Amino acid sequence: MTRTFLAALIALAPLSAQTIVIQNATVMTVSKGTIKGSIVLKDGKIAEVGEKVMVPTGATIIDASGQYVIPGIIDCHSHIAADGGINESSVSVSSMVNIRDVINPEDISIYRALAGGVTTANILHGSANSIGGCTLPLKMRWGKDAQGMIFEGAMPGIKFALGENPKRAGNPQGGRGAATPVQARYPATRMGVEDTIREAFNEAKTYKADWDAYNAKVARGEHPIPPRIDLKLEPLKEVLEGKRYVHSHCYRADEILMLLRVADDYGFKIRTFQHVLEGYKVAKEIAAHGAGASTFSDWWSYKVEAFDAIPYNAAIMTKKGVVVSLNSDDAELMRHLNSEAGKAMKYGGMSETEALAMVTLNPARQLGIDNRVGSIEAGKDGDLVIYDKFPLSDYAKVQKVLIDGTVYFDRDKEVSGRAAKQGEKQKLIDKEKQQRQQPQRRPAGPGGQAQ
Amino acid sequence: MKKLVLSLVLLCVYAFAETPQAVAIRNAKIVTVSGPVIGKGTVVVRNGLIEAVGDNVPVPADAWVVEGEGLTVYPGLIDALSTVGIPGAAPAAAAATTGRGGGRGQTTTTTPAAPAGAAATVERARGPEDRPSTTSWLVAAGELQANDRRIETVRSAGFTTAVTFPTRGIFAGQGSVIDLLSGEKAGGMVLVPSVGQYISLSRGGGGGGGGGGGGGFPSALMGYISYIRQIYLDAAHYKLVKDVYAKDPRGMQRPEYDRALEGVLESKRILLPANRLVEIDRMLRFAAELKQPAILYGARESYRPEAADLLKKAGAPVLVSMRWPEPQRDANPDDVDSFRTLETRDKAASAPAMLKKAGVKFALYSDGLDQPRDLQRAVKKAIDAGLSREDAIRALTLSPAEIYQVQDRVGSIEKGKIGNLLVTRGDIFDDRTKVEMIFVDGRKYTPAPDTAAPGGRGAVTDDPGGNR
Repeated sequence: MTRTFLAALIALAPLSAQTIVIQNATVMTVSKGTIKGSIVLKDGKIAEVGEKVMVPTGATIIDASGQYVIPGIIDCHSHIAADGGINESSVSVSSMVNIRDVINPEDISIYRALAGGVTTANILHGSANSIGGCTLPLKMRWGKDAQGMIFEGAMPGIKFALGENPKRAGNPQGGRGAATPVQARYPATRMGVEDTIREAFNEAKTYKADWDAYNAKVARGEHPIPPRIDLKLEPLKEVLEGKRYVHSHCYRADEILMLLRVADDYGFKIRTFQHVLEGYKVAKEIAAHGAGASTFSDWWSYKVEAFDAIPYNAAIMTKKGVVVSLNSDDAELMRHLNSEAGKAMKYGGMSETEALAMVTLNPARQLGIDNRVGSIEAGKDGDLVIYDKFPLSDYAKVQKVLIDGTVYFDRDKEVSGRAAKQGEKQKLIDKEKQQRQQPQRRPAGPGGQAQ
Repeated sequence: MKKLVLSLVLLCVYAFAETPQAVAIRNAKIVTVSGPVIGKGTVVVRNGLIEAVGDNVPVPADAWVVEGEGLTVYPGLIDALSTVGIPGAAPAAAAATTGRGGGRGQTTTTTPAAPAGAAATVERARGPEDRPSTTSWLVAAGELQANDRRIETVRSAGFTTAVTFPTRGIFAGQGSVIDLLSGEKAGGMVLVPSVGQYISLSRGGGGGGGGGGGGGFPSALMGYISYIRQIYLDAAHYKLVKDVYAKDPRGMQRPEYDRALEGVLESKRILLPANRLVEIDRMLRFAAELKQPAILYGARESYRPEAADLLKKAGAPVLVSMRWPEPQRDANPDDVDSFRTLETRDKAASAPAMLKKAGVKFALYSDGLDQPRDLQRAVKKAIDAGLSREDAIRALTLSPAEIYQVQDRVGSIEKGKIGNLLVTRGDIFDDRTKVEMIFVDGRKYTPAPDTAAPGGRGAVTDDPGGNR
């Protein structure tokens, strides 16, 4: 199946070099209102947006009469496209691991997310550790290799986690119902979670001081032996230097305040609180710190710490001055973030633009990529989604998705190509069946291979 | 006195050799691999070395003569990645983590005990500093068990040489090129003691990478990768500090000895696992980042042109497992495999032909298939999928020798090289072909009757993709 897609993409590839004009659409720019007009895409960027635009000669025209165009959807919390597990759960501080090392560009979830209008996703480490692994945003450039997926130039991040998940591994009886109890891992309480974060930053400060001293000596023309590079402390040093964003998984108000205090004590910033279901209780404090909040529209009560949640969370935090986004944390939910945004209009009375911003411009701001994506403006990346209907409606279907001015998903091609793909697969199934029926004597041994 | 020693040595040679000093196989078809096939010629082996080969070579008066009418002489096969002779290294290692059949009909050594010094870490590692699943300092040549019964099994399939590795752990240890001799002291088998470090992205039967992290660090793929990265950073730093200290230790605290880093620094190349295209891309980049000459092993998806291109561009050699993927046994018939899985089963055996076409240096390895018939069938499958017979034999002789840089002593039938020969009746990859005799270091062996368990011992190498 993928191969056909690759072939399709190769066929589409020249489009990227082309100039594309999307005409007659309702364009929801998010940053500059909604207009009826056209968008010109050139060299992967948005060249012009307006009611009347100059159509360059030789441009490919996409007629979007009666259709809607929005900026590509950005998911601030996703775990797709990573090989070999998203949790390095063996240690309470796993900052030495990096999602960048395990990007799997052939994960079908990428294509499915794309088909749901997602063009950028923040791929996070799991929440098993007080301080988790390094993270980064990817563009859903289906068909490209691992490096080609990376949102070039975007600030990398690191995952923190508070509450039940990081302390769960500290409890030998707990831990995902393992048949054999696993050896306990510190911490086992919320107090311990705070302690592991503080301890890690104590170490990081010493580490940073060592390097600063070394660099100062080098600057003076001396030739000292450099300190050992510690992959666990490097990212924390970057956090202290403001070179890496902290995205922290959390639920309860008390733990949110705890992390804000820790960050203030050590002089770093929390970029986003993730899930943050009790954020509405401490919205003022979150806003004062300058942190963003990335939450669910209406998903809660799946564990004790996630009970005190309300559907007005996003709206209340927004009104208190927090930059709020809605995320998926899930490969399925990721496919209809547009309707998740729509729910914020019902609960909290947000405007269309405000609601849409929560899956486009706001996550872009949270990830520090709003100069590139998140709204439809001249100069930004050509990341666009074309819907057949009002995009915040459950009935809206994605027609086309463009990234960097290239069509990466086309509903018509997808639907019309299905029979061929199925046929190709059936051919392989039949071939194998036929081979098996041939009276060819196979070795009776365990030559079979788990696939 | 000197004379006495010499004659004693000679006496010993006479006493232990199964064949006289010189053997000549005449009137045989000779596939030299390095040069053209000799339709009818003679090979002379003396004192374990090839003395002469050609269509017009006189048979020395003192040589035993093998009438080669109807026989074909090949260079002895080289298994490019094996665990033969490594105690306790055999079957279960891979099977335990991948769930593949293994451990059946073990023809392996009877001591499953881990080699002395192998840190079979029971204590869960809390980070890279604990050096989890690392025995980088182990050298296969130092662990060899000369009485491993697999030596005979593997030899009977036509292999005269194996590149054998400790395979348990992340940094499992250093492989050695050995000749598959029987009744020899381990030291006598070794061609090159250390040819590279075997790296895996699993614990290989160790603590296991359970989801709860019960096995300690690392538990996820990215943990393995970060551990390996940290080791190389540490090794560079270690070397730096050691060198400074060696220059002038006065007034400087001595650096702590770290055998894990010593083992890594000793290794002149690394073997990295990569089966899927994504993994091939990932590991090629990783090797470049680590600045280590690397050989990839597994290579299941190297039938995909993109994979072959990447390998070609990187100039990295590849070891292709001959354990071609097959449908899972006893699978739920209602489950339909993904397109990619189906395609891989259909096309995996065309990987060697694809690599050849792309100009990638590759060798085939048995991956635990050691019954002659299984091996023949596996190679035949690659030939049916487009690999020429010449390239198939090369991938089992001269190519692995070149990859490990021992082509000056094994891998082809040339004057001066080691007398490793495989003599068959019929073309080696035909179904009815019989191995007639095998010469290792000029010593003649006849193949043992098929005793190996059909299907072999279970895979030797881990499937990193099975680790998801």
